[in-house]
Amino acid sequence: MVPYVAIAVLFVLSTGVAVMIMMVGSLFGPRRPTPRKLMPYESGMVPVGRAMQRMPIRFYLIATLFIIFDIEVIFLFPWALVYRQLGVFGLLEMFTFLALLVAGFVYVWRKGALEWE
Amino acid sequence: MIVPVSYYLVLGAILFSIGVTGVLLRRNAIMVFMSIELMLNAVNLSFVAMSRALDSLDGQVFVFFVMTVAAAEVAVGLALIVAIFRSLGSADVDDAHVLKG
Amino acid sequence: MERFLAQNWTVIQPALFLVFTGLIVLLVDLWLKEEEREWLAYFSLVGFGGAGVIVVRQWLAVRGLETPITGFGGMMVLDTLGLLFQMLFFLVGFLAVLLAPGYLTRRRLQRGEFYALLLFSTAGMSLLAGAQDLIMLFLGIEVLSIPLYILAGFARPRLDSEEASLKYFLLGAFATGFLLYGTALLYGATGTTAFEALRASEAAAAPRENVMFMAGIALLLVGLGFKISMAPFHQWTPDVYEGAPTPVTAFMVAATKAGGMVALIRLLYWGLGPADDVWRPLLGVLAAVTMTWGNVGALLQRNVKRMLAYSSIAHAGYLLIGVLSGGVGFVAVLVYLLIYALTNLGAFGVILLLEDGEREALDIESYRGLARFHPGAALLMSVFLLSLAGFPPTAGFFGKFLLFTAGISAGLTWLVVVAVLNSVLSVFYYARVIVKMYMQEPVETPAFSRSWLVAGALAVAAVGVVLLGLYPTVVVRLITA
Repeated sequence: MVPYVAIAVLFVLSTGVAVMIMMVGSLFGPRRPTPRKLMPYESGMVPVGRAMQRMPIRFYLIATLFIIFDIEVIFLFPWALVYRQLGVFGLLEMFTFLALLVAGFVYVWRKGALEWE
Repeated sequence: MIVPVSYYLVLGAILFSIGVTGVLLRRNAIMVFMSIELMLNAVNLSFVAMSRALDSLDGQVFVFFVMTVAAAEVAVGLALIVAIFRSLGSADVDDAHVLKG
Repeated sequence: MERFLAQNWTVIQPALFLVFTGLIVLLVDLWLKEEEREWLAYFSLVGFGGAGVIVVRQWLAVRGLETPITGFGGMMVLDTLGLLFQMLFFLVGFLAVLLAPGYLTRRRLQRGEFYALLLFSTAGMSLLAGAQDLIMLFLGIEVLSIPLYILAGFARPRLDSEEASLKYFLLGAFATGFLLYGTALLYGATGTTAFEALRASEAAAAPRENVMFMAGIALLLVGLGFKISMAPFHQWTPDVYEGAPTPVTAFMVAATKAGGMVALIRLLYWGLGPADDVWRPLLGVLAAVTMTWGNVGALLQRNVKRMLAYSSIAHAGYLLIGVLSGGVGFVAVLVYLLIYALTNLGAFGVILLLEDGEREALDIESYRGLARFHPGAALLMSVFLLSLAGFPPTAGFFGKFLLFTAGISAGLTWLVVVAVLNSVLSVFYYARVIVKMYMQEPVETPAFSRSWLVAGALAVAAVGVVLLGLYPTVVVRLITA
């Protein structure tokens, strides 16, 4: 348990220091708000639009497709570890799997799900 | 120091219970769905912890399949929720009540 | 390593055949015009037929063997039980495809995905039939379910269909969570996911000393209970069956029940056989609750699709008697499922004849005086409903007889008594429709649409129900040979 005590102490200390600095700043610092200062910070750019605006439905479509094709790649990792032992057979099997993914890709493409407009 | 396996299993059980509670209490379809995902990931955590404790790889193989199947479910589920949101204007499961005995 | 290289592709040959047919349907559809899409239906008929030929040939080859063939490191098995179940799935798929094209064209839903998803879902069932590992069980159930979530919502943007789809999806995914957690606990308790090793494990020999193992069994039963709509996890069934497009409902009623039953049989007898003193009493009580709840629910319905949904819950209860009986019980379950599938597909086929794209014969009142307008349809519907109720000399009577005798020989007399009382109760709601058709005056001309494909499916179903009722022992002898 000993190493965790150290982590806990560090956690409490760092939180405490951060809170203390902010409190000191707000208690003793002068406060002169201007509209520009109250703007949300977006890396120095002037913010555009509201934060809670609605997204076009196309984002969902692309995101959904991304999830599927992204996760299916997971099967390549265990295969990559042992493909030497699996030999030609393993290679062919992985190509079959990838061919199935390509079939899905052809379907998505032809259905026009990748067109933005 | 090594964290004992039982900690992971207890954490898995707690996460699973939070997921079940979420499914039963939440009314927004997206939130219900996120709770289901939490259940699945609690299962994954348990599998990996047990796999490590038992020194067998079967559990990790299972996790691979759970993750891919969960991704397929996410895709179908999100598409369904978007479709029903379009025709109903709401993703609240209580608003869907055309079907009843 | 050799264990994994010894793949033995024959064990998944039917599933592979279905998946590739489905892929071809999916891809060819992209280059087809709307009015050419009906050809995809004929192509998927070839798919189901071809898969059927494969399993029949495998069955003939496997029948005499002492030890069943296994593949994929023992994850799949090729035995007569699995192959007979697969024959049933492919028959149901074939008939469901026959029901679909007319309906889809009338509703402007004629899309290739319908047939592809049907093929994929059946491939999942085919994997379930030979599952010998918790991983295969999980994958089979998911490959079965995910296409069905989409199919239930196929009549989009009709709100009832979308709602059925969402409900089915959320509850199905919820059930998957339980199934998986149960699997994880069993794995933790025994260190394996293979049924063979599970059966031989210490935990299975003395389950009551292992809390994790017990909890795993309970959670797995909850998960599978959702899939076969066992009470008290059946609440989704009426809503989903009502909202889904009628051909999809017909497929779900007939096929998913069979898929769930084979999964349950594989898990309980092949995986958890030694621990049967844990699940046997539990499942017995749930069977009694399921059939009673289903029948009482069906009594209250005015929508025919909902009524058949509740009746399917009741039938799940009857089928559990066969599952609990083991051995002879499996033959009874198979024959009962065959009869049940034919009768339900027939009944839904009649419902599909009585619609014209706008009106659908869903309310029980729309059956008033049907015999006056369409005596053939009314007669067929009566035969199917009587068979569902289990009247002699229809096939349904013989199916129930098999199940109940198997139950009594396994010492489940109390459960059989409950089931017989339930069968009597069920006569009321089936007979109500028949009384409407023959003894009441019609209020309006019923909707009707002629379809040769639906007529063909109805002919197969009707001939099957009548022949199985008249010559019941033939099929039993064929199965047990």
